[in-house]
Amino acid sequence: MTSPERVPAIDGWFTTSEPYTLIGARCTACGTYVFPPRSGACPNPDCDSMELEPTPLSRRGRVWSYTENHYAPPPPYVAADPFEPYALAAVQLEAEGLVILGQVARGVMAADLAIGMEVEVDLQVLHRDAEGVDHWIWTWAPVASETKA
Amino acid sequence: MTSERDLVVLGVGMHPWGKWGRNFVEYGLVAARAALADAGLAWRDIEFVAGADTIRNGYPGFVAGSTFAQALGWTGAQISSSYAACASGAQGVQSARAQILAGFADVALVIGADTTPKGFFAPVGGERKEDPDWQRFHLLGATNPAFFALNARRRIDVFGDTPDDFAMVKVKNSRAGVANPYARFRKEFTLEDFAGSPIVSDPLRLLDICATSDGAAAAIICTPEYARARLGTLEGTVRIRAVANTTPTYPQIRLELPDIATDSDAVVAAPALGFKDSIAHNAYEQAGLGPEDLSCAEVYDLSTALELDWYENLGLCAEGEGASLVRDGTTALGGRLPVNPSGGLSSFGEAIPAQAIAQLCELTWQLRGQAEGHQVENATVGLAINQGLFGHGSCTILSR
Repeated sequence: MTSPERVPAIDGWFTTSEPYTLIGARCTACGTYVFPPRSGACPNPDCDSMELEPTPLSRRGRVWSYTENHYAPPPPYVAADPFEPYALAAVQLEAEGLVILGQVARGVMAADLAIGMEVEVDLQVLHRDAEGVDHWIWTWAPVASETKA
Repeated sequence: MTSERDLVVLGVGMHPWGKWGRNFVEYGLVAARAALADAGLAWRDIEFVAGADTIRNGYPGFVAGSTFAQALGWTGAQISSSYAACASGAQGVQSARAQILAGFADVALVIGADTTPKGFFAPVGGERKEDPDWQRFHLLGATNPAFFALNARRRIDVFGDTPDDFAMVKVKNSRAGVANPYARFRKEFTLEDFAGSPIVSDPLRLLDICATSDGAAAAIICTPEYARARLGTLEGTVRIRAVANTTPTYPQIRLELPDIATDSDAVVAAPALGFKDSIAHNAYEQAGLGPEDLSCAEVYDLSTALELDWYENLGLCAEGEGASLVRDGTTALGGRLPVNPSGGLSSFGEAIPAQAIAQLCELTWQLRGQAEGHQVENATVGLAINQGLFGHGSCTILSR
């Protein structure tokens, strides 16, 4: 499954080969975390550091909340035609103290999710462009033992 | 007790909300002239114009203060234009209030108007990979209703709310909105109507989510001295007790539209008062009033479930107990503390830069006893609250 040629839908937010992780940023002075990753000023008002460095985030977290889109989002989302409903989950990463939103692995719907459920980072194709190139995105996928079904 | 610092709302006016696609300036002029007539002022009397901007109508929308001043006819008035997403109107009020309290003007016009496209709110065009708004749409398809739904799901799974509780908010607000001549949707909905309403973002149905609308609202505010000179008395006037525009305190640990992630609380502990609680808290502090003093409130019901959050953020009940206030009729017209007696966004749809000013118009009519058909009996204190993107909280308290 691993393919180093995978083109991410956005650069630098996640690894494109296993183990899949999100990439955040961490302040070199106070240690606070940021996602999405960026450079520049630390968001902590009591820290004047200008150094945030990229850091892999925990692969697993717990569902804070979730929903399921029943209508195609407007552009710049590239929606499949016909549109297939899909789920989104906001997931809490305990060590980093972050809640991060993501698409849920295709085929896993709201009815399959619950607040507190353990999920982990995986990748799937977000869309295929006009040149036939697949653009990949991170997803939250239920950890095998946690699936309701 | 009011003070000389509590400015007077001398006049208010609105253009009805709807969906016509006409130039937003046209709506704004109707609202401005209605507010001037209500105040008994001529346009030339206005010393300061505070425009609330719209980003969806080209350059004239970006400099709304100037656009409306020109449309009404240049008079050399002082000016400001503000954009703060849903809080733009409140930002206009703050701008006018600060200018007056600083002594640079005695009387000001605050004005906002919008024309909106159909369907989901989409980000403005272009490939802007650094823009969180572009990111959340392109990478996730995280629409505004999706964010409302994440919040609603928390209410169901954590607090035990039901979809019927959410529907009851719409039923309540639609009942109030029927009597409001400025509301766009003047139809009474029932719980039965929800069964046929399609799910947009689970668990929210189309009827749970506010539409986008065209509309305009304007208010004229002035010093007590100015009002006294015009009216002969301050008796019965509506006073501005608080305008609190508030940012979150780091770390903001509640996932809020349009962010893909929260701040981190791994190193810095979350503040005792969450962001939305702090918006109301700051306004209460400024006014020297509390939730027990309120006669009515206008809250930003972008979704039905969100209205229940506001009950808790306003301190009307403890966290998690919001649904009980709609179940027992407390927040309905005729209840102990009517919320959204205007019909709310559920009856209006949102006309972004005009909406916070429209809240002010409604409270003014309520406090004057002029909200025919949807009047809160003996209203003496009213609060309006909303939240713009990226942490632009706003809360206004009026009293008579």
